[in-house]
Parts: sequence; structure tokens; C-alpha cells
Amino acid sequence: MDDQNLYDIAVIGAGVVGAAIARELAKYELRCVLLEAGHDVGAGTSKASTSIWHTGFDATPGTLEARLMRRSYELMGDYIAKAGIPVERTGAILVAWTEEQHQSLPTLLARAHTNGVTDVRLMSAEEIYQREPYLNQGALGGLYVPGEAIFCTFTLPLAYATQAIVNGVTLKLNFPVRQIQRDLDGVYTVQSPESSVRCRYIVNAAGLYGDEIDRLLGYNRFTVTPRRGELIVFDKLARRLVNHILLPVPTSITKGVLISPTVFGNVLLGPTAEDLPDKTDTATTAAGLHMLLDKGKALITQLVDEEVTAIYAGLRPATEHKDYQIFAHPAECYVCVGGIRSTGVSASLGIAEYVVALLAAAQLPLNPKPEFKPVQMPNIGEAAQRPYQSAALIAENPDYGRMICFCERVSVGEVIDAAHSPIPADTLDGLRRRTRVLQGRCQGFNCHAAVATLLARERGQTIQQLLSL
Amino acid sequence: MTTNHCTVLIIGGGPAGLAAALELKHLGIDNIKIVEREAEIGGVPRFCHHTGFGLRDLRRVYSGPAYAREYQAKIAKAKIEVLTSTTVTGWTGPRQVQMTSPTGIREMAAQAILLATGCRERPAAARLVPGNRPAGIFTTGSLQRFIYGAEQSIGHRAIVVGAELVSLSAVLTLHHAQIPVAQMITEHPAHQIDWPFIPALWYATRRLGSKVTTQTEVSRILGHKRVEAIELTSLKTGEVETVACDTIVFTGKWIAEHELARLGDLQMDKATSGPQVDGALHTSTPGVFAAGNLLRGAETADHAALEGRHAAHSIAHFLVNAFWPQSGVAFCVEAPLAWVAPNRVFTSLATPPMGKFLFQVQQFCSRSQLHVYQGDRLLHSQTFARLIPNCSYRLDSQWLAGVDGQGAPLRMTVDSRSA
Repeated sequence: MDDQNLYDIAVIGAGVVGAAIARELAKYELRCVLLEAGHDVGAGTSKASTSIWHTGFDATPGTLEARLMRRSYELMGDYIAKAGIPVERTGAILVAWTEEQHQSLPTLLARAHTNGVTDVRLMSAEEIYQREPYLNQGALGGLYVPGEAIFCTFTLPLAYATQAIVNGVTLKLNFPVRQIQRDLDGVYTVQSPESSVRCRYIVNAAGLYGDEIDRLLGYNRFTVTPRRGELIVFDKLARRLVNHILLPVPTSITKGVLISPTVFGNVLLGPTAEDLPDKTDTATTAAGLHMLLDKGKALITQLVDEEVTAIYAGLRPATEHKDYQIFAHPAECYVCVGGIRSTGVSASLGIAEYVVALLAAAQLPLNPKPEFKPVQMPNIGEAAQRPYQSAALIAENPDYGRMICFCERVSVGEVIDAAHSPIPADTLDGLRRRTRVLQGRCQGFNCHAAVATLLARERGQTIQQLLSL
Repeated sequence: MTTNHCTVLIIGGGPAGLAAALELKHLGIDNIKIVEREAEIGGVPRFCHHTGFGLRDLRRVYSGPAYAREYQAKIAKAKIEVLTSTTVTGWTGPRQVQMTSPTGIREMAAQAILLATGCRERPAAARLVPGNRPAGIFTTGSLQRFIYGAEQSIGHRAIVVGAELVSLSAVLTLHHAQIPVAQMITEHPAHQIDWPFIPALWYATRRLGSKVTTQTEVSRILGHKRVEAIELTSLKTGEVETVACDTIVFTGKWIAEHELARLGDLQMDKATSGPQVDGALHTSTPGVFAAGNLLRGAETADHAALEGRHAAHSIAHFLVNAFWPQSGVAFCVEAPLAWVAPNRVFTSLATPPMGKFLFQVQQFCSRSQLHVYQGDRLLHSQTFARLIPNCSYRLDSQWLAGVDGQGAPLRMTVDSRSA
């Protein structure tokens, strides 16, 4: 049998966690394959988060989650600067509105310090209003977390996966894993309905489907119950109303509804938290949206006077356990990376490092490659210079001055780049996450047809394919 | 960066901007520049293949594309400079903007600026329609560009959300692409189409078989990759119905393309979503005028064009006497009125375009008595037999003479029987 199809290791799931692990593995002389059920990288849970880069200040001390978030935070700053991940270091304020919430702030402060997030401090109501003049009256005080930031959770998994690919990892999209078998030589056969790969080691980073993959490998220790979070994105004209991430004082169920600027210059309100049976139910609901608007109005009345640009829902892979479900089985050459809930985006680099250490302990031979090539993603954030703002870039290629999406100021040049990148955009949604087209206030009134026509031309597809007709 | 100068900068190359440019030229003003972010001028009519364009401004009836071509030809003949594929990205001074185009980034300073940036329809998200976000969701604007611009078939069975004039335009566009429209959905108790468009509605309903479903809202969009169905809820009975379709077109619910106006800190009118203007189309910023659908959402193209012409005369005056009205009073409406435009009045009695204010109502009203007050002082009353939401009506303006420019805000109220 030829060994073309035999990999040292397969990572199942190209969400932010799986992609981060694949990137970490790409540093070593390994044949690695990244398997993704969907049509794109980071197109499941990862794309529908609150896009907050958490410090882990409020994690439960002593948990793996707290430890990996902290470690990831140390690694992330350097990474996002080098890879061109859009980021704005806004800081966060937890705002206490009731006496009870106010009294819990010292406990939260102590917890933050225990978690090693030592720059957290109490903030007076007066200072809160100085920093957030549009916040409704009634705040009693707060906790200031300067390290919390906003970043782009569209770019992050794409950056990881792109760097993995550039450094030799194979990416297989549209590869839903249906069956896993291991032969007597210890070689796994991982099957999708249409093809299969063989490998010696397996990492399960399948997110919402992590429990199912774990069961295919003979374990039954956690169940993923999707927790739906609905979010509302307000128009860019609302951005002036909010300077920091405004967090509620957390309860035991969720961190609650927050207001946050986004790196695209919008304002985010959400999320709701609702446990669901269906792992594909990313629909928004009338009840959820109304609840959010009521909460938003109670926080910043003027916010809800602004236009809504987008509404969406994401599914967080919650389990019955509070902590991450990361298990290594050296004899079976298997590492399960389950239960990575909403903190996974922030913890991804820490998780990847930890998982690779577990694999090393499981005898996966790790010989560093002589060179680990960097990648530089197009920085699509408002804090960076966009192509339409760069005279030099436009002089080099006039397509960077030819706007196709007016609301988000995306140029023809950027769309063409995204259509030919190492992980090319071949759907309108994929293009949206890579460039911001169709993401703005008109939602395609002006550019839907033009963008579809251009992408179809660049990818050799038909408009009907792009519209899933 | 290069800074260019011009006498009048017109932002937006649709009917209002183009008509303004032609009129300015006619009034002897040179060095006019039109900035258009798309690759050609002409605006939205380019994609509206039905007839009825040009009646009041060009005194002839055209289809949308022919009307746009007529304006393109007139602009070329008048040798007015047009900067296409050029997007104004922000203000760099009171009458100075920055723009990006394939030839680079530049600044343009002008003695006067006309904002004619038009309007758009609110998409599903802005209407807070719950459910999924699959492919197959359009607005009339995006639909027309697919079908008339890209000549693509985009679906098999459509639902049109809205039952007003633009909704009819969506139905005809879908019919052109051989996509049957099962229903037109409206929250109102009846469609909002008035003469002279009733025969077109008959054509859509009787010949094309599109049913108008009233007092109904879209409560959910279903489908993963592609729209599979729409869930409708009766506002009367609460009954929920799921209708299979692969295409949903959201029509109407206009909002002004007001980004530049707001970035320039112009005083805005919440009801119209456009900048506040007086009869002469002065905004709150000296030297900056506004015209067309930016003022209050979509009117017919000829109306926007006539507003553009009206603005041209005001601009010409301003270039000569540099006068800018400073104070003035706001003109507001009370429910069930939706908005009025122009919506600011100065002592210098500037008559609105075509001598009339435009207004709309939020709900059907019959035998309506409209009143304009300044404080408690009644300035004007006018009777309307029937007022239909999403249709604009004209309010006389001779009462302007009685306005105290330093006085209380003006307000318009309506007494009527609900239809």
C-alpha cells in the first residue's frame, strides 16, 4: 500500500482550536492533516463569538481553562501583531448596577489576582462615566480589566490554518468524519462519506461534535449541549457611544449580556444563553432579540436608536463539566480536546501548546523543522490602514482603490486576493469573513450582485453556485 | 496628497445630483464636479426596467435605464466633469472631503457641496427578522442588480415582503426573471399602492398570480444553505404559517444613505433619517446642501431630479451672496404622521421644492384634517380624503409667511378616522 495517504497525525476540526493545534504541529517534521467537516476553516462556532480576547481574569482558579487562558494570553500578543490579526486594546469594565453586584466586586478582584491578572482594579462610578459618557445613569462602580481586548475571530483561525498549510500541513475541507478504525499496526483509518485518510495519531478538536468523535474512539465521558448565543451588531455610527468592553457582573450561568466595540468599527450587544438539542440551530429568535434590545436600552439608551447592521447566533460547545475536557491516551495515540467553550478563541494558543506537549509525552516524535514560515494576513480591522487608505498600494494596483463594498470600504483588489489566498474564499460567507464584503449596513443592497459576479469570475464558479441554488 | 478645488461638488450621481449639475451649468456656473462611487452615473434607475421615468423632469416617459442614459448623455454634452468609481470617505474640512478611486487618494475643496447620496432599503437584519441567514435573501435593490445588471437567474419561488410601490417593482423584476411570486406580505390592513399604479397591481395579482397577504409579519426565515421557507404570523389572529420558498425579497422601509451627513455632524431629522433642511435645501452646515432621496427615502426619480434642480438655484444664490440662514425652527410631526420634509424653517421664507412639503403617515387615515401649528398658533389646515402609509402627500406651503423664525418649533398633526 502506498503511503501517500498515511499521515503521522490527523487533527479533526478546523475551528480555532484545531487550526491552532495544526499550526503548532507544523513546527515539526511531521506529516499532518487537518480535517474539517465544513466547507471552510473557522466557519462553525469560531465565526460567531463575541470576538473578545479574554485575559481569563474571571476563570475558576485552578482549572485547566484558567491556566491555558493565562498562557495563551502571554503568547497571543506577539502572535497577533506578527500575523496581522485585527485587534484593539480597549480594556473592559465590569459595571455593577445593584448593591449585590457591587459587593461582589472585591471577590472578583481577588479572583483576578489569583489568576495572575494583576492589573485589574476597582473603578469608581465617577471614573466609569468619565470613560463612558453615554452609559445610562445608575452604575454603582466597577472593575477595570485593562488587558481585555477586541480582536477578529474571523482572521484568527484562518491565520492559524494558513500558517499550518504554508508549513506543510494538508487541509481537507468537506471531510465529515463518520468512522474511525485502528488496525493492528496502530494505524487509524479515518473515514468521511467520500474518502478516507490514515494516520498514527489523532487529535479530536471537533468542537460541537467532539463528543461524537470521542465516542467513535470508544469513550463516553461528556456530552456537548450547544449553548446558543444571539448577538446584535449595531451600525458604525454607534461606535462613538462605546469606548470599552462593558461587561456585566457575571452570574453562575453566563457572563451575561455585554456591549462591546468590534474591530470593524461596529458595536456588539449580546449574547443570550440558551441550551439547545440541535447542533445546527444557529437561528436567531424574536424573544432573544427583544431581550437583548431591552438589556441594551437599559445600558445605553442611545445605542438602540441606531440602526441594526446584523443579527446572528453562535453555538458554544458547552458540556456537563465546568472545565475543558482535554485527555491524553498515549497507548492509543489519541488526544481529546473537548468542551472548549466560549473561551476557546482566547485560549487557543495555550491549548495548542499544551496538546502538543501531551502528544510529545505520548511519544509523537517532534523534530523541529529548520524553518517555521510566518504568515501575514490582510488586516481588515479599523485600527490598521486599509487598502483604500493607502496611496502606495493603490498606485501599485488600482484595484485597491476600486471600491466594491461601499459600506465596509472593501476594494476589488482585496476580493481578488481573498479568492486566491492559500485557503481561498469560495463562498460569499467565506469572502465576507476574509474581507468584510456584504458585512455592512446595506447587507448587499448595493454590492451583492457585483461581489457575487466578481467571486464567480475569480473562482470559476457560477452565480447560482454562490447562491446555493 | 493633492487637494483639488471646485466651485460645486456634487456627491452622488443619481437623478438628484445629475439634475442639480445640469441646472447649475445652465445657471452659468462652471467647475462643477460630480463624484459617483459606482463605475457609471445614473443611479438606481439604471436597474429599474419598468416605465414611468422622466414625466415631470424630462417631460417624456422613459424606462429606468433609458432615463439614466438620457441623463448620462446630457451630462456629457454639458461637459460636466464626473469622477466615477470614486468614493468619498470622509470630511477633511467644512467644505472639503477626502476620496478614494483607482487613481489614488485626493482631497477636494469646494465653495458649495451638494449631498445627493440617495437611500437604501432596510435589509432583514435591520428589521430584526429572526431565523437563519441562508442565501436567497434580497432587497429590491440587490435583486434588480442581479437580474438586470448581471442577467442571472437567482431563484425559483419568491415571497416579497412589502406591498407598496417598490414591492410591485420587485414583483415585476422577479417576473422578468421567470421567478413566480407567491405572496406579497404586509403588516398593514391593505396594500399601499395608489393611483396611477393600481393597474400594475392588478397585473401582478390577477395576471401573475401574486397574492397580497395583509396584517401579517415575517416571524422567521428557515433554511441552512439556501432559503427553504418563510414563517408568517398573522397580526390579527396570531396564526403561524410556514410557506415554502427559496427567495425572499425585502422591499421598502427606506433609510437615507446618511453616513456622510452624519460624519459631517449635520443636524439630522430622526423621522426622515436624513439631514434637516429648509425649503431651499440648506443643511445646518454653511455651504452644504442636500437633495433627493437622502432627504427622506425613495420618491420617484423625477421628484428627486426636481429637488436637485431646486437645490441648484439655492446653490447659485449662495455662491453670489454667501448668505446662510443661522437660526430657524424645526418642523416635526406627531403620530400617526411619519415624517415631513423639508423639516426646518427659517425666517428667510424659502419655498420648498415645487412649492410643497412632502409627508407620509404610519397608518391608513381617511377624511383627514392636517394642521400645522407653531406653539398653539394654528398656521394651516388642509384636508385629505385618504392617506395611505408608504405613499407621499403634498402639503401646501403658502402658510410659511406666518412663521416666526425665532419662535417655537412647528408641528404637524392629523385628525382623522382610522380607515
